[in-house]
Amino acid sequence: MDTGPCRELQAHPSPDEASLTQPSIQAGVSTTTPATIQPGWVRVTHWLNALAVVIMVTSGWQVYNASPIFPPLVFPASITLGGWLGGALLWHFAAMWLLVANFLAYVVLNIASGRFRRKLFPLSLKSLIDDVRAALTGKLGHDDLSHYNAVQKAAYLAVILDLVIVILSGLAIWKSVQFPWLREVMGGYDNARKVHFFAMSFLVAFFVVHVVMVALVPRSLLLMIRGR
Amino acid sequence: MLNRKIMTGASTLDVENILKDARNELQAPARRLFGKRILSLGGLMLLSGCNISDDKSVNTVLRTMSRFNDEAQWALFDPNKLAPTYPDSMITRPFPFNAFYDIDDVPVVDAATYKLPVSGLAKGGKNVWTLEELRALPQESQVTRHICIEGWSAIGKWGGVRFSDFLKRSGADTTAKYVAFHCADNYSTSIDMPTALHAQTLLALTYDGQVLPPKYGFPMKLRMPTKLGYKNPKHIVAITVTNDYPGGYWENQGYNWFGGA
Repeated sequence: MDTGPCRELQAHPSPDEASLTQPSIQAGVSTTTPATIQPGWVRVTHWLNALAVVIMVTSGWQVYNASPIFPPLVFPASITLGGWLGGALLWHFAAMWLLVANFLAYVVLNIASGRFRRKLFPLSLKSLIDDVRAALTGKLGHDDLSHYNAVQKAAYLAVILDLVIVILSGLAIWKSVQFPWLREVMGGYDNARKVHFFAMSFLVAFFVVHVVMVALVPRSLLLMIRGR
Repeated sequence: MLNRKIMTGASTLDVENILKDARNELQAPARRLFGKRILSLGGLMLLSGCNISDDKSVNTVLRTMSRFNDEAQWALFDPNKLAPTYPDSMITRPFPFNAFYDIDDVPVVDAATYKLPVSGLAKGGKNVWTLEELRALPQESQVTRHICIEGWSAIGKWGGVRFSDFLKRSGADTTAKYVAFHCADNYSTSIDMPTALHAQTLLALTYDGQVLPPKYGFPMKLRMPTKLGYKNPKHIVAITVTNDYPGGYWENQGYNWFGGA
């Protein structure tokens, strides 16, 4: 049985949610049709980010293979992009512009529109613990896709922060001489590579869980494609 | 998912919406076909990474982006910003040998007959140098980090002539765009003039206080801590100052030309 905290929210929409729904009359019964939950700019930046991340990660694995930080770990050629080091770097340094420009647009639009504040906050430790417990016992609902539960809020905040770390550590590796402050923040050139590696690992872990969750709640895929 | 929702019975509206979605989707075969094609294209891209990189138009776009990155790095390069230097105690020992061939194939250059010509946009200066003449010029040394395009790095100690000093004595036109290098092992590369004039760009004749050994580039290598390893040519036998893009051994195969750190 599926009875999560979100269920009540659906029955009693918050004022915030009410503004997102349009009343409509259907066969004489008063009901509500969900309006756009994910605006166009969220969907566009989401998918551009997905494309950029896939290119950056798979080409990055090929670059990693040229000089593994942890020698036992090498990525199979079949899941890397670029064919060889030079090819992978061409992809990596082309897609980085897409990743960064798109990420900046995403963050600026989210802050300017108040979406971050509305969707990701408030986030209390108590709600997070409650929702993690509910999720682990299979009781966390995903019926109302216009509201994120505390686990989702924490995960999305974490991955946004992780993208910041991925970008800054990448910049420190690419331009370690031109950005000395960034290099030092990352603990020097060699350490910046490790930071970049672990930030990539977190991103990939998020990606895997994210895709599994979408498979469990397929409607969320439709939502991110057409907005409702 | 559907069954679960019906069983909970909490929201029949939701079920209606889902059914409506499903019907709409079924009514749009063209859209579904398009979606399938997009998905299979994406799958193909993921499964055959090397193949897509071999595609001509994809390659053209990637090379164009690399040219753009040259410009971006040229703009980002601060001629006054120095690469970090380190104490002798931090020198990597042994310093790694690295080339596009095995250590047994390192070229042998005869010091007695060696002459370094400077050609192209270099007039009114000394245009051929012997090793003795280069050793007689003011010498500097640096302990800096060599960063390889592969990702690894190592700290080494190089000594020699400041390259800007050498260029001026050679009568080089320092308003030219490029300086190109040809090497005894048939290697070649080229750099931008601002980097050539950088205070840490060194025509290195020694390594760790000794005459530069063959494995590190005898009789000389251009040492630039502001650029990646492949931009630092060894066994230099000819230098050309030019405004025509000279390319280079790795650069012509796809490595980024500017290669700045």
